This record gives sequence, structure tokens and C-alpha cells, in this order.
Amino acid sequence: MDNANTAGRQETAAPAIELRGISKAFGPVQANKDISIRVMPGTIHGIIGENGAGKSTLMSILFGYYKADAGEIFISGQKTQIPDSQAAIAAGIGMVFQHFKLVQNFTVLENVILGAEDGALLNTSLRNARATLRQLAQEYELEVDPDAVIEDLSVGHQQRVEILKALYRQAEILILDEPTGVLTPSEADQLFRILRRLREEGKTIILITHKLREIMDITDTVSVMRRGEMTATVKTSETNPQELAELMVGRKVLLRIEKAPAQPKDVVLEIENLRVIDDAGVERIKGINLNLRAGEVLGIAGVAGNGQSELLEVLGGYQPASGKITMNGQEIDLTGKKSDGQSRRARGIAHVPEDRQSEGLIMDYTAWENVVFGYHGDPRFQSGLFMNNAAIKEDATGKMERFDVRPPNPRLMAKNFSGGNQQKIVVAREIERDPDILLVGQPTRGVDIGAIEFIHKQIIALRDRGKAILLVSVELDEVLSLSDRIAVMFDGQIMGERLPQNTDEREVGLLMAGVTEEAS
Amino acid sequence: MQKMPVWADIILIPLVSLLLAALLSAAVIVGIGEDPQAALKLMISGALGSTYGWGYTLYYATNFIFTGLAVSVAFHAKLFNIGGEGQAMLGGLGVALVALYIPWPHWSFALIGCTIGAALLGAAWAYIPAILQAKRGSHIVITTIMFNFIAFALLNYLLVNVMRPAGSMDPATASFPEATHLPTLHMLLEPLGIKFSKAAPANVSLVVALLAAVFVWLLIWRTRLGYEIRAFGHSESAARYAGINPVRITVIAMMVSGALAGMMSLNTTMGEGERLILNSTEGAGFIGIAVALMGRSHPVGVVVASILFGFLYQGGAELALWTSIPRDLIVVIQALVILFTGALDNMVRMPLERLFLMFGRKEG
Repeated sequence: MDNANTAGRQETAAPAIELRGISKAFGPVQANKDISIRVMPGTIHGIIGENGAGKSTLMSILFGYYKADAGEIFISGQKTQIPDSQAAIAAGIGMVFQHFKLVQNFTVLENVILGAEDGALLNTSLRNARATLRQLAQEYELEVDPDAVIEDLSVGHQQRVEILKALYRQAEILILDEPTGVLTPSEADQLFRILRRLREEGKTIILITHKLREIMDITDTVSVMRRGEMTATVKTSETNPQELAELMVGRKVLLRIEKAPAQPKDVVLEIENLRVIDDAGVERIKGINLNLRAGEVLGIAGVAGNGQSELLEVLGGYQPASGKITMNGQEIDLTGKKSDGQSRRARGIAHVPEDRQSEGLIMDYTAWENVVFGYHGDPRFQSGLFMNNAAIKEDATGKMERFDVRPPNPRLMAKNFSGGNQQKIVVAREIERDPDILLVGQPTRGVDIGAIEFIHKQIIALRDRGKAILLVSVELDEVLSLSDRIAVMFDGQIMGERLPQNTDEREVGLLMAGVTEEAS
Repeated sequence: MQKMPVWADIILIPLVSLLLAALLSAAVIVGIGEDPQAALKLMISGALGSTYGWGYTLYYATNFIFTGLAVSVAFHAKLFNIGGEGQAMLGGLGVALVALYIPWPHWSFALIGCTIGAALLGAAWAYIPAILQAKRGSHIVITTIMFNFIAFALLNYLLVNVMRPAGSMDPATASFPEATHLPTLHMLLEPLGIKFSKAAPANVSLVVALLAAVFVWLLIWRTRLGYEIRAFGHSESAARYAGINPVRITVIAMMVSGALAGMMSLNTTMGEGERLILNSTEGAGFIGIAVALMGRSHPVGVVVASILFGFLYQGGAELALWTSIPRDLIVVIQALVILFTGALDNMVRMPLERLFLMFGRKEG
């Protein structure tokens, strides 16, 4: 490691990482096409691009998960082979994945030394690591209790442990893959403070994200990828979000949905004193009250895990609850026989679930089988004892066409569509039923910008037809731009309701963190 | 990603697996000082060289079709039913009760009655593990194995203490009345001018088995229930979201599975034994697992795999009869086939996939 340091000092002009002509194909799919990039030491370099643009493949090549078909990698000016992740770590590259790779019931210290133990005896390793960790914490303001067990830590702190793991392995180059996806706005701010601090100390950071705001906030340079190619590398100070979005998508896009003011009508859904206790006996929703009107989008803002998922599940019919929910004056069964997805759909409640891969779709079903999923009991799709597959296929073909699902082939397995197109299949299925109430969870998670625009438009169009929409999203931008009214959830409670035109990110962000006006 | 053509997936891979199993078996036979070529010849002539051989091969295959279908249906709901053996034993009890205590005018009526009896008791025996799994989370693999032992003990008790005719020293029921005796293939094929061995036990329940295969195909791929069973098998969380009741699907899939396993006794107890004996299932419930694995839980695959295993059973018996190759070695050969076609599927699949990828790219 000392070698790399001295090398860095000797040739300050050499880029920390230089990729020349990297190409990688999976079968006929060209994931990376002749990609060249130079990242200067001591800078934060952003990489943005839609899903499937090849960002992850590129980083996987850099971290030794894939072998490039062609091209060269230079680390601090020296040509380097990276056949596996061990080699990447040896070359001073650290990676913080979107999904943390931590052992949940180990302490911070144990996680940090895991795979980097000094020898067979654990105690000496732990003692040495403790000292190193203390030093790192001071140097980079990365305070974490080394004896805390991972599962007791907040997501933001778990992420710090991942960063510490990389630094403990003497990483000079840190790659972060969508690091803010799971953080509250304030946790994200803290992360950015840490990243700036790391930059001051001379570390090089590559930030992969699809959030334009983060790119503008923190990066020095930014590279845009589209369809496996690097379409541009620019100084962040010389560009703007609109330009970056166009570079990503290849056409003009609306970053903020244009919509007419809502015209809310009668209350269609009334939630009174709703409580949910999960299997472990933890109270997930602690007596909330909410109203939903026809012709409006009610957005639920909140950090993931504060009861929003359970709220959707209760309304969707697969999470028992206590309290009272009335729809158009009629009470909805929350625990008994009529509390299942089929009965909810029969009453006109459609549901785009938060997780399309584990709930919204059967990945091993074809698209046409998925387009009828949940509505497969509809008499239209039965003929005698059997399902009328011809009618289902015809119906699916139409829906896929109208929602521009690509490729428009209903015989393809759901798993073979891109994230955006998978989501379009789910949204098409639910919106085309013309429901009275649409529940939407994370409508654009892992969806590319072009599809986001399309899905948002469809949601607003449904609202303008006088239907009620309940939107749950952890993307604050999305909640603010799409909603006509915002309720913020924290710790199973509604912290308050706001109108989007009368509030801002800071205020909602504080509510999301559980801070009310009286306290602050 | 480039994928293999479908024909390679469903035909080439099992064939290569079989070939590997055969080669290894040959090596074992050489190892004990016998001639593998002669052994193979003997197996083929013994199992397929005469209508007598075919009669036995198809008789065994009938058992395996029933139990293989049983495992397949449960497997589509991602339930691993290892209790085929016990469910088949209870099916035998159902056959015996219906055949012995109801006077039947003709075998065709008796066949319908016994099918219902076998299916009902088989399904009932699967119901208990199913409801325990669905409501209490008791793992179905454990409970179905335990229920095999309970079934054996129950049958043992009934045959020794209750159903054994007075004066008999054999733990078995009395012989079923003449009117319930099923026609063998010999009798069925004679009017068509085909001479089939009189001594072979293959009988009309082979036709029932093939009908059951058609029924399973329709159920799984053409009905709403099948759609829900497969959805539940692929993703329980998605099934919950769609309003598919997990308890209902678990119970129904297991009961259909148990009914099919129970119907196996139409072949052994009603068709061949014509009375219920203690160990009439002879492990066919377990072979059903291998058959379902090899047949990819598809009825067509199950039928083909059943005939293969029928061949192995009959050919193996011939080997044991005419050579010094011990009976145990036959079990080794069968185990190798199960190992290669079922458990080591990926070992063959991955290199083949790579080969196809290479050639595919050259063409492109």
C-alpha cells in the first residue's frame, strides 16, 4: 500500500483510475462499448445513467467481478490486472454496495476485520483493528461504536461500517453504488459530509447514482452512460440537471411532471385509528387516521420502514390490522374472510406494490400470465373449467401496447424485461382496470428516467379521471412533485400533513426524521 | 443472454446425464469382473425383448407415473412431498375396503369405485401434513417422512389384527372377489389381434395412469387452480399480494398429490395382488421423486422417465436372475441414474450451455 502512496505523490498528474477502451459483452448484449474514463486523484467523480446503461457492469469490471473482453485498466498510472476482488482490494479499490455485505449479528469490529484477519488468533486482530478504527474515525469523522452489533445500527451507520471496511483495507479509491437509496435526507447529508472529508484527505471517490441532484451537489466531474457507451464526461460546474437528463435519455425529458391543480371531490377512503402488529409483536402502525379523496394524489413521505409498507399491505388486503377503514361509506374487513387481495380488487382497489420483483410479478411467468395476475379470477378470462388463455393473451397484448412495454412480446418471461418495463407491466395491469382507488408503492424505484416520466403521467391521468391515488415513495422529490397533499410517516405515526406548495424539502425532511415544530 | 434451444434443454441434457450414468455403471460392473456389454444386452432383452418383459416394464412404469405425477403436482407449489410411499399404502387400504366390502357387478364399476377409495384415503393421508404445514409451519418434508412410518405401522396393525382372514398366517387381506379383477394388457389387446404375454402383470390401470397424466397437465397449465398453484410455487409473497390463499393452495396441492400417490395401488393392489399385502408399494413412492426430478415435473417427462425407471427395474431383476451381479448393484445403477438426472443436472447443463453460447456467437 505504501507503494501506491509514494507512486501517487511522485506522479501527481497521473489519474487515480484510468480505463482505456473497456468493452464487455454478454452474449449478443454489449454491456460496455469502448469505454474510456480518467478519474483524477482527490476528486469525486459521478457516473450517471439509466438502468441497464452499463454502470454496474463497468464497476464490476473495476472490482474484478467480471473480466473485460477488451481494454486496459491503469491505477495511479500503472497498468493493472484485476482478475478478482482480492486484486481490486490489493490495488486500493474499495466498494460500497447498494445492498450492504455485513454480517447482521456480528459487531462492527468483527465485520471490519472479516476476511482481513491478521492470523488465526482473533484477539490480536481485534486489538489491532480497534486501534486502527479509532484512528480512522478521528481522521474522517466516521464515528461508529466498534462494539455495536450491526442489526442494532441505523442504515446510515451500517453504511459507515461499509466505508470503514474499505478504509481499513487501505482503499485509496472508493466506489459507492447508489449510496443514498436507503438514507433519510439528513443521513444523506451526513454521508456527503464524510465523502467531502475523504476527498480533502486525498481519497478518490466514484459515485454511481441516478439522482441528478446528488451529482450536482457533490461531484467534481460527471460521466454519463447510455446503452453501454460513455456519452459525455463534463465538469459538474459547467453543466445542469436538464442537460444531464437529456444526455442520459437521449432526448428532452420533463424532470418535473406538469399537472393541472387537483380537483378533490368526496372522501372515498377513511382510515381511523389503524393499528398493525407484526408477527414479532412489534407495533408497526400506531393508530393512524387518514382521509383520501377522489381526484387527488395523497403522497406518503417517509424513510423506508416507518410503517408505509404495512399501510399499503393492509389496504391491499394481505396484512391483518385493527381499527376501521371505510370505503365509500362501507366498512372494509381487516381481519376476516373478506380480507384478501381478491376482495379488495373486487371493490375497486388496485395496488402497484412496492417490490415488483417479489410481489408485483412472478418473474418466471410470461408477460401475459403476469398481466392477468391478481385478476385471474375475472369471469372474462374463464371458459368453463379452464382459463381462457387466448382472451388473456389478447388482453395482455393490448395493455402492453398502450403502455409501451418493450419488447412488446407477451410470451417473454417477466425476468427478461428491464426494470422499467417490468414496472410498466405492473402499472398497466393495475391502471387499466380503472380502479376507484390506486395504491402505488415506489412507482419508479429502479426505473429509468424515460419510464419515470411515462408512469407519472399515467398516475396523473388517472387522478384527472376523478380517481383517488395513495402514493408511497421514499423519493422525496417524487412525493413533492406528484402529490396534491402530503402526509409524513415516522415510527408508525403520521407526523403531519402538508400541501406541497406550502412546504419544502427541509420541512418534510425534518418530519421524516420525527422532528415536529414543537420540538425544534 | 443467449440461451440454449428448448430441444437441448429437454432432450439433450437428460440424454447426456443418462449416458454418464451408464458409463459409470459400466465401470462398476467391470470393477466386479463382469462384462458390461453383456449386462446391458441382458437388461434390454429382459425388459424390452419380449411382451413378457414389456409387461413388467410397463407394470412398474404405471406405479412410477402415479407417484411421479404426485410429486410433480406438489412440486409446482414448491412443496416437497416425500410421503408418496405412505399415501400409496393408504390408497391400498382404500382399494381393499372398496373391493372387499362393496359388491361390484363388473370390473369397470369396481375400478371407478376403487379409484375414488384410493384417491380419498391417499388425499386424506396427505391432508394432515399439509394442514400442519399451512397452519403451524411444520416442515412438510419432515412430516411426510414421518407419515410414511405411521402409515406402515397402521397398515401392519390393520392387516395383522383386523383385516386378516381367520386362519391365515399371512398379514394380508382376503383375495378380492372375481368381479373386481382388472383385465391385463393381454386381455385388453387380444381383441385387437395383438398377442401380449399372459403372465405379465401390466393391466388396465396403465390407461388410468396415462389419463391421470393428461389430467395433471390440464390442471396445472389450463385451470385457474393450476395458475394459482404455480404462482404460489414461484413466489409466495407475490401470491399473497394477488390474494391467493396460501393455506388453501398448500392443502389442495398436497391432497391432489396424495390422491395421485394413493391411486398407485390400483396397479399393485387391485391389478396385480388382488388383495392388500403389507409392502405392496415397494419403494415406488420414493422412485416418484426421481421420476419427477428427471421429468421436470411435466406429465410428458414423468411418463418418459417412468418407462425408463420401469426398464431399469425389470432389466435389473433380469440381471440379478441370470448373472452373478448382485441385486444390490442394480440399486447402485438406479441410484446413479437418479444422481445424474436429478441431482447433478447443473453439472451437465453448464458446460452444454457454454458450448451453445460459443457456437451461437460464431454464427452471429
